Amino acid sequence: MAIEDDVLVIGGGLAGATAALAAAERDAQVRLISYKQSTLRHASGLIDVLGYPSADLAASGEAARADGGERTDDGSRSTADPRSAGGPLADPFEALSDLPEGHPYERVGADAVREALLFFDSVAGDAYRGGHTDANALVPTHGGTVKPTARYPAAVAPGLASDRRDALLVGFETLPDFDAPLSAGHLEAAGVPFRTRGVTLRFPGIERDDAKVTRYAHLLDRNEAVDSGAGDAPARTALAEAVRPHLDGEGRVGFPPILGDDNHDVVRRDLEERLGVEVFEVPSGPPSLPGMRLEDLLYDAMADAGVRVTTGVPVVDYEADGGDRIDRVLVDRKGRDVPYRADQYVLATGGLVGKGVRSERDRVFEPIFDCHVAHAADRYDWFVDDAFGDHPFARFGLAVDRDLRPLDADDDREFENLRAAGAVLGGYDFAAEKSGSGVSLATGYVAGRRAGEEVSG
Amino acid sequence: MSDAQRPTDDHVPGDDEFEPVQVFPEAEEMDLRPGADNCYKCSTCDTNCPVAEVDEEFPGPKFQGPEQWRLKRQEDHDIDDSVLKCSNCMRCDHACPSEVPLSQMHNTARGEYVERQMNKFSREYVRNRILANYGTFAPLGAMFPRLANFVMGLSITRWLGEKTLGFAGDREFPEFATQTFRSWWAERGGAQVENPDKRIAYFHGCYSNYNTPEVGKALVRVFEHLGYEIMVPKQRCSGTPMYANGMLQDAKRAAEVNVPELAAAIDDGADVIASCTSCSMSLRQEYPELFDIDGVEDVSENTWEALEYLRVHEDLETELEGTSADLGEFAYHAPCHARNQGLDGQAVEVLATIDGVEAHDVGDSCSGISGTYGWKEEHYETSMKIGEEMFEHMEQVDGEAGLTECPTCAMQMEHGTGYEITHPLEVLEAALVGTE
Ligand SMILES: Cc1cc2nc3c(=O)[nH]c(=O)nc-3n(C[C@H](O)[C@H](O)[C@H](O)COP(=O)(O)OP(=O)(O)OC[C@H]3O[C@@H](n4cnc5c(N)ncnc54)[C@H](O)[C@@H]3O)c2cc1C
Ligand code: SF4
Ligand code: SF4
Repeated sequence: MAIEDDVLVIGGGLAGATAALAAAERDAQVRLISYKQSTLRHASGLIDVLGYPSADLAASGEAARADGGERTDDGSRSTADPRSAGGPLADPFEALSDLPEGHPYERVGADAVREALLFFDSVAGDAYRGGHTDANALVPTHGGTVKPTARYPAAVAPGLASDRRDALLVGFETLPDFDAPLSAGHLEAAGVPFRTRGVTLRFPGIERDDAKVTRYAHLLDRNEAVDSGAGDAPARTALAEAVRPHLDGEGRVGFPPILGDDNHDVVRRDLEERLGVEVFEVPSGPPSLPGMRLEDLLYDAMADAGVRVTTGVPVVDYEADGGDRIDRVLVDRKGRDVPYRADQYVLATGGLVGKGVRSERDRVFEPIFDCHVAHAADRYDWFVDDAFGDHPFARFGLAVDRDLRPLDADDDREFENLRAAGAVLGGYDFAAEKSGSGVSLATGYVAGRRAGEEVSG
Repeated sequence: MSDAQRPTDDHVPGDDEFEPVQVFPEAEEMDLRPGADNCYKCSTCDTNCPVAEVDEEFPGPKFQGPEQWRLKRQEDHDIDDSVLKCSNCMRCDHACPSEVPLSQMHNTARGEYVERQMNKFSREYVRNRILANYGTFAPLGAMFPRLANFVMGLSITRWLGEKTLGFAGDREFPEFATQTFRSWWAERGGAQVENPDKRIAYFHGCYSNYNTPEVGKALVRVFEHLGYEIMVPKQRCSGTPMYANGMLQDAKRAAEVNVPELAAAIDDGADVIASCTSCSMSLRQEYPELFDIDGVEDVSENTWEALEYLRVHEDLETELEGTSADLGEFAYHAPCHARNQGLDGQAVEVLATIDGVEAHDVGDSCSGISGTYGWKEEHYETSMKIGEEMFEHMEQVDGEAGLTECPTCAMQMEHGTGYEITHPLEVLEAALVGTE
């Protein structure tokens, strides 16, 4: 016996969750199995579709870099004119048709990318913005740079760089990653069309300098009583009181992304009312609450759609049915292999970071199905000396046909009933292109929808 | 870190063969350095730690695990006493994308702390020893259950418990059943089905023996209904409360009884079945991680949680087709240790087939009690703060009944909401066998 479903999605990141949701729309019984948590927890929660042209296009990667200034610690480039050539793309869709063959967007086509975004909009509802236009939004990041992105959390919206209202950025002594005055300075130097200032305050209720971001969020979510300096006060009141004296006519205030988790909307609205101005979050580095909120949103949607979710255990192997179909996969439940069977499978196990693609000294491989991963035989050809250079390893991953079925070394399908989506795919460099979440979304959507269609006939 | 500085993962590019370094003084003890070196400081573990979320004082799993290991390698660095604040929920383990064995690090650090740094005459140590060795004290209570329940229920006892030993005064001590599972089993004459092809050895653990024998009875009735021959080997505590209190020697002694007994049953053709998810977790993961006992791998590989076993070995869905049980709506909480074994969704999935029963998952919050953790006066408040989210979600479900596999989560659920808590096996029993 095995545990049976129609569609089995392996991997619980953005690609896997999207695939599961898209397959469930087709009335298939879907299961998602995920080992560890997704890279969404490290990501900013922004959905980048394409921020910079593919390195292949931009004169083998150097053009964008040469004029775009150096890359900053959140991966975006600091640049004087955000719309300069090669630099941030104003409209990612215009550039989609120019992508090289084999790029995941080229595989699924521009229409599928649009459909996937619409699908995402329907799942995210009010929680995300950006669906009103094809153009990239420019989001100020904690490093004071401006990042092009297609969809952004509602909390990010009032902070957009295209908005002309003056902004006050608030940082906290115990959160050194976000240096508000420095960030404000960088933003002004980057030529944003508004005045911006930064202040650094003490966060009421937090003493230790390595308190977890979840601790800040919990204090605000629960509005716990904290020491405000003048006696105990609810955390949100104390925070608003601490910020108020620093406001100098600005129409909006930006905070690091710690404004609550479960009750995030309430926290933000409460602060807005108390301060009388709009409140936004400035996306920052990992660990990232906006990423966690997006993860929760997707998992809630899966629960509503009847997707069965199994977490904490890895898929380690498979059994074929004699031909080129996968019959079942084996899940390691603490030393014991448990069989799961489905009609269609989606592989969404992530890239080198998510562990969907692994490397040893002399090879790069996909560990579950041993699908072909093209790479140079000599490991010294996997990377280049410049840390921010155009590393081949950044593009390691599976090659797929237009139906997202993995291909072997001879360009034949590896399996009849396996599709792959997300960072496990090769042929793109999400960090250089700013296309990570968009690729996961588009390929997850297509793989899930096709898998769902096949089982429902 | 950002996407521009992603970790290049496993071994790309350029790393060198790892050189084993002696971490422990004795050669036979474990070397966790490769695990510590896997940490790329992404802090995912920290964002999953329910204690760090509510307690600013707690430095979090990244510090407790890999960072402390690095510090330790520089001689005479003491284990930080914050390890006692970790509740051993193992959520950090579940979270780490980089295969750092966090809970194993915490267990060994706690063990070392208790052994080398803790005053053996302190009331904290005595109390922890009592909590960890619940199974040793429970027989007394079970011998005179009514008297024990009466005495434990007296407010003066609770007050004394709090003042002299540091038990959380707001907790009700779990009631002892009037008859233990084992004595019920003996009285009914042991197994009533013989079947050399379908055999299980039931690991009941302390709790379903002394406090909730109805869970053990439900397991027996369900498995016998499906044609299984049941063995009930001699056994001691699974060790979970002992790891959580750093009493590794106690845990090892218990394991030295359990492993040979269970291995012998496996030799007789049985698979080991637990009804408590912390027990199955302990036999499967912590035993082989912590102890080098003959047969320990065998036991790990052949241990299953009850429902998990039936799903893989029986066509449970067909079996349940058309059954009904008039039990209504349940708020289901997946214990952290169930999550770690990939069992998080299964109760809701399986029970969905039964008419008249509906189980709603209340989400992935931690119950906060973590075995003996919430029993300690100094952790009580933390434990209730962690549980708050679960209580709220439970109250959103229609009906006033809760469902979970873990006996201590059940205690916390009941304590926070006043709901009566049922084990999924009892629901299965009602559907398949009917209640008497
Ligand atoms: C540090 C960092 C910052 C980033 N910042 C941004 C950003 O700002 N904007 C943006 O658009 N993108 C960003 N990205 C990229 C983006 O997060 C990823 O490209 C995208 O989320 C990948 O999604 P995925 O679902 O394909 O893979 P992942 O999120 O990696 O998910 C893979 C999942 O598969 C699971 N898995 C792996 N092996 C197995 C197995 N054997 N069995 C079961 N499950 C398994 C993993 O546990 C994981 O849950 C960033 C990435 C990183 C690492
Ligand atoms: S086991 Fe639980 S309480 Fe302990 S550090 Fe890990 S997540 Fe935190
Ligand atoms: S999750 Fe793992 S890799 Fe990340 S900080 Fe924690 S231990 Fe290190």
